[in-house]
Amino acid sequence: MTDRLVNAPQEAGAFMERDFSQHPPAFTPGYKSSTLRAPKQALISFASTLSEKTGPAFGHNMLGEYDNDLIINYAKAGEEAIGPRIVVHGQLLDQNARPIPNVLLEFWQANAGGRYRHKREGYRAPLDPNFGGFGRTITDENGYYWFRTIKPGPYPWPNGVNDWRPAHIHFSLFGSGFAQRLVSQMYFEGDPLIKICPIVNTISDPAAIDRLVARLDMNNTVPMDLSAYRFDIVLRGRRSTFFENRKEGN
Amino acid sequence: MMLPRDYLKETPSQTGGPYVHIGMMPNLFDINGVIPEDLGGDIVLEGVKGERITIKGRIVDGGGNPVFDCVVELWQADANGIYNSPMEHRSGADPKCIGWGRQSADDNGEFAFETIKPGPVPAPGGGLMAPHVTLWIVARGINIGLQTRMYFSDEEAANAKDPILGKARMIGRDGTMIGKRDGDIVTFDIYLQGENETVFLDI
Ligand SMILES: [Fe+3]
Repeated sequence: MTDRLVNAPQEAGAFMERDFSQHPPAFTPGYKSSTLRAPKQALISFASTLSEKTGPAFGHNMLGEYDNDLIINYAKAGEEAIGPRIVVHGQLLDQNARPIPNVLLEFWQANAGGRYRHKREGYRAPLDPNFGGFGRTITDENGYYWFRTIKPGPYPWPNGVNDWRPAHIHFSLFGSGFAQRLVSQMYFEGDPLIKICPIVNTISDPAAIDRLVARLDMNNTVPMDLSAYRFDIVLRGRRSTFFENRKEGN
Repeated sequence: MMLPRDYLKETPSQTGGPYVHIGMMPNLFDINGVIPEDLGGDIVLEGVKGERITIKGRIVDGGGNPVFDCVVELWQADANGIYNSPMEHRSGADPKCIGWGRQSADDNGEFAFETIKPGPVPAPGGGLMAPHVTLWIVARGINIGLQTRMYFSDEEAANAKDPILGKARMIGRDGTMIGKRDGDIVTFDIYLQGENETVFLDI
């Protein structure tokens, strides 16, 4: 075999090196839970192998009709969750600005009063009998996703004696490779609690924090029904493979 | 000429928090009826090729406490070392080996995956990586998901040639990446911090 370029299926590219300046470090004493759960040794770095370049795939056919509608997906028939009604939407891109189609997004959140439906939840705000707090969707061919929900309330949590989380929605993101696996949280533009949240502040770069803040999107509201927030998400990009020396399989 | 090009920056990670199960295993945590069953319960389906095994272990924090509120995911190749993934360039993956699973730990920090032993996977630049599974852990207090690999104690010869284990061996920590096989049970305890801290990967 030669080093010619051939029009045959190429092995997927390795992922670009992760820029850890954009992420929280493991050990962040301001967020007390991290102190005993943070590895102290350096991570071992290596160029991604097939084990990281590949990842599970999920088909649109696994989705139920209301998986992306938290206003009704847990509600009794004919009823709806209480709270400010919103649509959250955006595009999933990689670092090369290429849309990532067909990937699973899962999201979870507190209800409008800031209360989670979870056995270990300790906030005294009431449950909403019509709100479960879970939804999921799969990006379309252009990497877009959207879901309907109610805006979650802020909530207190036991860290300092009086820490409050800004309103937020948790996200779990797949990609096309397992090295892109990510969980994060989306905040809402204008929330004064963002600045003083110990979990937000595990990230040191203000510009990185700003990329977790969804923008009010008046052009995509539904009058008398839903307000809208736009939240674009970027997962790791792949290097090109044109000139990689592919010994295996040749 | 090359036009100026700004690569986008990756969306920052944030902890999955204490209620991560609402998003990943809603039925297990009493949010029933939204989806029929939680994802990731079946890594392999009836009729899968390969040796059936159970991978189990305990996740422990730096104070020796069980990490009872985490979610662990597993990603692996089939018995021939082929991944069931659109990004796998080789054909012939076993359709009965999904290769991906998701479990919660119990109150003792213990988790278990029912699966098969994967085959060796091609290494970049030639050669083979020893059979392994990739594990990813998220929980309250974990700011960015932790990735590691588990290799198998009954693969000494292949392990000795594995390039990733080799990097861990150079710093005397390769033992933390080896699951101990006893019959069809493979035990792999994970230490987030401390003397026996597991090797975690930047991949
Ligand atoms: Fe939360």
